Amino acid sequence: MIPLLAAVPVYGLQSYLLVAALLFAIGFFGVLLRKNTLVIYMCLELMLLASTLALVAFSKFNGTLDGNVFVFFILTIAAAEVAVGLAIIVALFRKRHTVQVEELNHLKN
Amino acid sequence: MADTLFLILSALTVACGLLVVLNKNAVNAAMFLLVSLVGMAGLFVLLDAALLAFVLLLVYAGAVVALFLFIIMLLDTTPGSFKSFNKISVAASVLGAALLGLGIMTMFKRGVLPQTAENVPVPTLQDYAAQLFTTYLLPVQIVGFMLLIAMLGVIVLSKRFDSKKEAAS
Repeated sequence: MIPLLAAVPVYGLQSYLLVAALLFAIGFFGVLLRKNTLVIYMCLELMLLASTLALVAFSKFNGTLDGNVFVFFILTIAAAEVAVGLAIIVALFRKRHTVQVEELNHLKN
Repeated sequence: MADTLFLILSALTVACGLLVVLNKNAVNAAMFLLVSLVGMAGLFVLLDAALLAFVLLLVYAGAVVALFLFIIMLLDTTPGSFKSFNKISVAASVLGAALLGLGIMTMFKRGVLPQTAENVPVPTLQDYAAQLFTTYLLPVQIVGFMLLIAMLGVIVLSKRFDSKKEAAS
């Protein structure tokens, strides 16, 4: 065993939650820092996946199946969400000819 | 074995997640998202959810990333740069980092979490089916209907409606 996370000798629920929190933070900062709408969308997906990981970990360590079934629904909704969001991005690109967020400010003022 | 695998897979997932954010090219970002998804599926397998790992690979790696790559191909892919920091962005980052750090610290210090999962049987396909078709039957129906609505919405969004032709007819 590699003693990398020395505070947690056996990697239990806490370490899974830590990974989920790290992934969520990465996605969050990606949404804040990136300009390209498509990359922002990928970061949103990353945040969604981090929450899924937390749900599966809770489900396993509590000995229930509800979290896993919930993840099923989340995956379905995420697939639909990606399809609709990318269609919106394509429609936006047709109108404005850009996907950079700071040029999409036509609702301002 | 499971511990080593956990370390490798979580490092892979987090590192590729970071590369998604830090990469300037959108195509490379999508590819790193793919690798990150594979690591996540491995973590699911470690958590005894092999079926979910399979579904994740099918839906995300198979469909979502491919869709992303198609859209990147359709749109222009000038390598983007990072935003110049404005005040609200910095404030939101600091606030979010502080809240997240606080949450993680609280979880490690005083969280009472279930630690053992030894005598729990590994869920089989039958268990999933029994849950999905009894307790969660209504959500399954609603999700199916919602997929139909999403499909219709995508068709309406991406079809070009010619207003002159419609007015003439």
